[in-house]
Amino acid sequence: MHAPTGRDLRLDFFRGIALWLIFLDHIPSNLVAWGTIRNYGFSDATEIFVFVSGYTAAFVYGKEMRERGFIIAGAHILRRAWQIYVAHVFLFAIYLAEISYVATSFENPLYAEEMNILDFLKQPDVTIVQALLLKFKPSNMDVLPLYIILLLLFPPILWLLQFRSSLALGASVLLYVLTWHFNWNMPSYPSGHWYFNPFAWQLLFVFGAWCALGGAQRLSRVTQSPVTLSIAAAYLLFAFVISLTWYLPGMSQYVPHWLEELIYPIDKVNLDVLRFAHFLALAVLTVRFVPRDWPLLKSWWAWPPIVCGQHSLEIFCLGVFLSFAAHFAMVEVSSAVWVQFVASGVGIVVMVAVAGLLGWYKRAEERSPGSRRRKTPDADLAGGEA
Amino acid sequence: MKTPVAATLAGLSVALLLALAGSVVAAEGQRCEVPDYLLFGNNELKHVTEAVKKDRRLTIAVVGTGSSILAGPDGPLSAYPARLEEALKRRLPSVAVKVVTLVRTRMSAEDLARGMAKLLVDEKPDLVIWQTGTLDAIRRIEPDDFRAALEEGLETLHKGGADVILMNMQYSPRTDIMIALGPYADNMRVVAQQHEIPLFDRLAIMRHWSDTGAFDLYAAGKDNVLAHRVHDCIGRSIASMIIDAAHLRSVDSKVGQ
Repeated sequence: MHAPTGRDLRLDFFRGIALWLIFLDHIPSNLVAWGTIRNYGFSDATEIFVFVSGYTAAFVYGKEMRERGFIIAGAHILRRAWQIYVAHVFLFAIYLAEISYVATSFENPLYAEEMNILDFLKQPDVTIVQALLLKFKPSNMDVLPLYIILLLLFPPILWLLQFRSSLALGASVLLYVLTWHFNWNMPSYPSGHWYFNPFAWQLLFVFGAWCALGGAQRLSRVTQSPVTLSIAAAYLLFAFVISLTWYLPGMSQYVPHWLEELIYPIDKVNLDVLRFAHFLALAVLTVRFVPRDWPLLKSWWAWPPIVCGQHSLEIFCLGVFLSFAAHFAMVEVSSAVWVQFVASGVGIVVMVAVAGLLGWYKRAEERSPGSRRRKTPDADLAGGEA
Repeated sequence: MKTPVAATLAGLSVALLLALAGSVVAAEGQRCEVPDYLLFGNNELKHVTEAVKKDRRLTIAVVGTGSSILAGPDGPLSAYPARLEEALKRRLPSVAVKVVTLVRTRMSAEDLARGMAKLLVDEKPDLVIWQTGTLDAIRRIEPDDFRAALEEGLETLHKGGADVILMNMQYSPRTDIMIALGPYADNMRVVAQQHEIPLFDRLAIMRHWSDTGAFDLYAAGKDNVLAHRVHDCIGRSIASMIIDAAHLRSVDSKVGQ
């Protein structure tokens, strides 16, 4: 079987939705975030984002690697990692601005202990260097460092996926298992480890890449079978019921002790197998009920998430910034429920508007008379840039 | 430095919220009500029951960090351990209640756990209220290590024959986006559940007060009155939790009274 060709708008669509959900989840105390998937099961938008990113990276750079060779495609992947690194440092600067502002304006005696968060400002020499080394990562800023590491290691993985795809996927699974067994992770500053353990989360990224390079088609008989569908549906229902016990007081007493012992803690750091399975179940049902040529994907209402998904790096960073801004508005103006709704809504509108603008820029540049035709036209296909 | 950053961020928030006019004044509730499900559970405080019924005395040790104290000359009497002692004495008039505090700032759960053995010898408490998690979250200590520290501390206390109430972090909306409390709060909940000890869910309780407008926890200024009132409510709420979990008969029963 050949890998599928052409544009799969479902990828853009769901990555766009994931970006919106990540934005909503990043605003603390936000009622709108109750609508996001993390409250109704084990996995959340991060899984969708990492999987789709792996899928599109393999689709875009895999084609380039076949046409232009390992060196050129590898160089492009590394350039992409560099762009993400710069974006991460930019976000860190915005974080420093917000936290410094808080430092100078917040003196509520009730929260003297919470002000220890500012300790790191006392040693800017160490902290900023550690941030540049990706070891110091403020909260909500863990996804991009993961993405950077995954892309840095991607060229040889992609090469292997092209020729021995099962071997590559097997190696990825093996690394995941060994990581769980030996507790491998990367160190963080000032203590602890990476919040998204790259040795574990690579599984989802490589699995996405494997699916893009023909794996999805090889699996299609399994994923379309009624047995798989019913298992997936049953598992989603189970996860939904368990997630209810987190929020409905009194319900947790109905969860048997042995089950609690078995499933908790559901480890996000190391991509718990329950989370991975939950994502798989969601994916199986999505592929079944949202066909590739789903007419709604071409209609106007699907455009906002699709255009966001096509500019995922910029919109992801914008989302982190907007979540800071929305939090700031809730703190400085009002935390009333309607403010939360307005801030969430305005944030998504801004994300869509900026994505639309970026698309317009790109088209304008391609049309400008002096410019040569882009050498990597497929970077726009299937999920926009990788 | 402050003004340009503030102006930029303020301008942005104005752009975000076009039609907004002024802040909503929170109608502060007169009493610090807490929904029953946040205070009352199935986990019992057997040593407390025994100490009160047999000896008519109760010694409680509060082990914690910066958020268990208040600064200033009237801080010690206004912080929740003193308010708890006051509330218990009022509601259990025939019991000799003593609350001692072992509070040290900038301590992680692991630091606090190490001191538990000495605490048992020095104070011989019937009940230890262990407040922790904030510093661990700020330093982003490995959640697994945090959990192991909790387990270690609880084991020491259990062997020493003391009941335990775990107390988690404060709800702090201003620093919410900078401190990821989630994994630490989850671990405390799970550990409390598995050891069948009560969890004083300060995070959810303060959040409830913020949501209902009982307190304006978004306030940034030096407001000692607010801090004192919040600690008073925390102290009274823990008193209610202890009385319920140890099946004690008090002269009144409501948190707010």
